[in-house]
Amino acid sequence: MKAFRSMVLVSSDPLSIERGANEVYQKLQQEIKSYDLQDEISLTMVGDVGRHDSSPMVIVYPEAVVYGPVKAEDVHTIVEEHLYKGRIASSFQAPTRELTGRIAWLSARKGTLPAEQRIVLERAGLIDPDSIDDYIIHDGYQALVTTLTTLKPNDVYETLEKAGLRGRGGAGFPTGSKWKFVAKAPGDKKYVICNADESEPGTFKDRLILEGDPHAIIEAMAIAAYAVGADEGYIYIRGEYELAQKRLVHAIGQAYEMGFLGENLMGSGFNFELHVHSGAGAYICGEETALIESIEGKRGEPRARPPYPTTHGLWGKPSLVNNVETLANVPPILRHGPDWYRSFGTPSSPGTKVYTILGNVNVTGLIEVPMGITLREVIAIYAKGMKNDAAFKLAQTGGSSGSVIPASMQDTPMDFDSFSKAGVALGSGALLICAEDTCVIDLARVLLNFFRKESCGKCNPCRIGTQRIYEILTNISEGTGKMQDLNDLMSLSDNLYQLSNCGLGQTAGAPVRDILNYFRAEVEAHIRLKVCPTGICPMSGKKI
Amino acid sequence: MTIDASDGKSIKEAVRAAVARYGASKDELIPILNELNREIGFLPKEALDEVSAQLRVPASQLFSVASFYRMLSTKPRGKHVIQFCESAPCHVVGGREVWRALQNELHLFDGETSADGKWTLETTSCLGICGVGPVMMIDSDIYGNVEPTQVSSILAKYH
Repeated sequence: MKAFRSMVLVSSDPLSIERGANEVYQKLQQEIKSYDLQDEISLTMVGDVGRHDSSPMVIVYPEAVVYGPVKAEDVHTIVEEHLYKGRIASSFQAPTRELTGRIAWLSARKGTLPAEQRIVLERAGLIDPDSIDDYIIHDGYQALVTTLTTLKPNDVYETLEKAGLRGRGGAGFPTGSKWKFVAKAPGDKKYVICNADESEPGTFKDRLILEGDPHAIIEAMAIAAYAVGADEGYIYIRGEYELAQKRLVHAIGQAYEMGFLGENLMGSGFNFELHVHSGAGAYICGEETALIESIEGKRGEPRARPPYPTTHGLWGKPSLVNNVETLANVPPILRHGPDWYRSFGTPSSPGTKVYTILGNVNVTGLIEVPMGITLREVIAIYAKGMKNDAAFKLAQTGGSSGSVIPASMQDTPMDFDSFSKAGVALGSGALLICAEDTCVIDLARVLLNFFRKESCGKCNPCRIGTQRIYEILTNISEGTGKMQDLNDLMSLSDNLYQLSNCGLGQTAGAPVRDILNYFRAEVEAHIRLKVCPTGICPMSGKKI
Repeated sequence: MTIDASDGKSIKEAVRAAVARYGASKDELIPILNELNREIGFLPKEALDEVSAQLRVPASQLFSVASFYRMLSTKPRGKHVIQFCESAPCHVVGGREVWRALQNELHLFDGETSADGKWTLETTSCLGICGVGPVMMIDSDIYGNVEPTQVSSILAKYH
């Protein structure tokens, strides 16, 4: 690898591109060339850098100076001042505040921020996602080559079992066991499927991995295929993620050329073919059996289970379905070993978790931290406190299907077991932090509106239950609720949980159950006093 | 949108081109429909009939798929489609006010197309760009951190 004096990164998340990141990149190329600096300075278009307030951003290492929002006409001065003369062009710097992401990690080493621990996002935002060479230089495909040349399939899933890796899609199922089930399932044709249908509101961690480090998923899927005995794989990616799709297709082409995909990999006799399959806009397709139906060209309606996909999946064959973040953990575990992995997180939930921080806080964005961090820490340290110093009222975790967590529970460690003991769900890693002026009825109504629209309609408890809860919440928000409604809400959410066919319906009642548990007084005020304490609900008595 | 929905001949050609590109197999059905929807703006009956013939899939099943997914439409849509994120993360940071501003500006309800065929206004579930909510998407352009007061100037960019 050539040694460079400076590294210049340009953010390329969808918003940066919309705001002209491509033009900035081209201009940088020209300017660097015009100063004859191209051999001293590397220029890379990276993915999402985990910060969105000043996009597009230009980041210059090793100083870790962040410029943003950068316009094409600013580039000349930045190059002349910073790269040519070596002075920071401070007038173009992004607003100074604590940063998240890798940038934060770098400044953390100067002692300002507690360090994040980046395992799955190790490379995202630092390497050129369109360059397989960049990936290989940064330990890429090392785990695949070692696996194919030195490990037997059972060594692979046993290593994952030892590492204690659990699925990061939300349910937390032990990954090693799932791989073992598929490996032991009878059949000579098997599939591995990557669930990249990330649609849980407030979650964009998988997009960041796919856009910033697409080869990591390709490598992990090839390892998975080898471990379970599959020779074909699908990456099912949501239709809205156009940039991620483009990057993946490009990366897969490169991997075929370099012999990391295709036939007889590393002379091991192992073949692996990988396809990208785009979704078409349906939250339910993140449910693994609905996803399989969708790949088969049908409506995304979940199947009855059992049989599980591990024995009867795509086209009726044994299939391994894993979330993007789960897969991204696999190559590092194989490279460094299970003991290294267990040194992060808690004993029952080792490793790290990627969280997206959203809502009424000072800094929104994305962090990867060890399992077991608490909400209080997240808000204070990474989110830099509540906006306008408002009081923290509740957090909605894990997207719509997670839980509503009141401020009183903000010291519960966020790992799978502590959360399930406390009766709440960790879910996908979205943390929607709400201030005191959030109305719980309004919030629950928005969540149920989501479920009633996204319910596939196959089973009655979900199709009718989500609609009925939405109607009752609407009545309450308009001041026409009755006390009997509260009993109805409880029994509806119980029915949803017990009778629905899949996870969508089973979790749809959770927000209602949680607000009745933790915010009953506020709910009753809407009904008994006809008052919305935060003044958000219309309470008009008629439809708005 | 590159193909006129009233031009039966070019619709058939588009279907054949899409089938040739992805292959006439059932697992390519959704990618094929996605592409046709992008090119024609929606999925007219002629297109579905032709896909049915090419892939040997019953038209009824095609319609069930085409009507299931949010990104596919069986009805004509406006020249520009506005997708407004109505999920909780955008809602709590001011999405409600932006939605009101959009409705005031366009006088449309969720899912409606304006009489002149210029706009279709839709709410959508999370678009995955939640760090910059409230978010809306017009055609394939993304707008983040939208303020209610910016709505009219954003809309004015489209003709």
